[in-house]
Amino acid sequence: MRMRHEVEHEKNELNMTSMIDIVFLLLVFFVMTFKIVEMEGDFTVRMPLAGDSNATSDVTDLPLKLRLRADNDGKLTSMSLNEINLGTDFTKLRANVIGLVGTDEPAEDDDGPEIEIDTDYNLRYAYVIQAITSVSGYRDDTDQVVKLIEKIKFAKPRR
Amino acid sequence: MKVKSKKPNLAEGDLTPMIDMTFQLIAFFMVLINFSQTESNERVVLPSSQLVKPPEKPLEFPIILHVAKDGEIILGGDSYTTETLSTGLRRELAVLRAEKKSPKDANVIIRGHQDVAAGQVQEIIRVAQDQQLEQFALRAKEDRS
Repeated sequence: MRMRHEVEHEKNELNMTSMIDIVFLLLVFFVMTFKIVEMEGDFTVRMPLAGDSNATSDVTDLPLKLRLRADNDGKLTSMSLNEINLGTDFTKLRANVIGLVGTDEPAEDDDGPEIEIDTDYNLRYAYVIQAITSVSGYRDDTDQVVKLIEKIKFAKPRR
Repeated sequence: MKVKSKKPNLAEGDLTPMIDMTFQLIAFFMVLINFSQTESNERVVLPSSQLVKPPEKPLEFPIILHVAKDGEIILGGDSYTTETLSTGLRRELAVLRAEKKSPKDANVIIRGHQDVAAGQVQEIIRVAQDQQLEQFALRAKEDRS
């Protein structure tokens, strides 16, 4: 009788050691590979090679021109939109873009206005992204994105 | 003898709460792990923008170009300059053609460092245009401030 009781007792006891080993290994793996990811997004630019595109010769369809000038350190010194001098103020740039294109949705068959960004070679890329942000839209009070210009292209690089 | 066998075994602790916690931690890290990190590069610090949002669906046929601060371009683990980039792009396009797609279907994702010269990015776009690529995506990180 006593023997039988001992055997039953042994059956109920699981050996957890190997499972815990594996579980800790998994845990260490996930902790090591863990990295906080910053959310990323894209500005899409459709830029076919000049010449073979269906570019219109219509004068009214000429793109807006945004000129960005930089100093030797790559810092933005001035901006001008269609010859309107804007200094280095991106809010002013946005206000001017709103003034020029309005906030209305473009018609179905129209992609909306186009902007050509002409930048100095050594200007820091962050300023270009900031300029693209300013011309392509803004967030209103309700955090909704209001789109302005969706067609963005670059002028020839200046060397 | 009978009394002695009833003595509690102090060496055996109750492991259940610890295993519970460990499984919780594993589940947490498993959910948060992001394998798409492979498309990032530690040498690139993206510029930030308030307008960008993570895309709802990934871009089709992506060609990811990392542009480091010194202008070095990294494509598929190999390092290129603007002069040699066309070789790398041709290799990518060969894969694309094998899938019966044209270069126009490909999306060139440019992950430029925030301090790289803008002209460098323009040069890259020009080289890609020479290879008949025409869809570009300038990647930025989301700025929620």
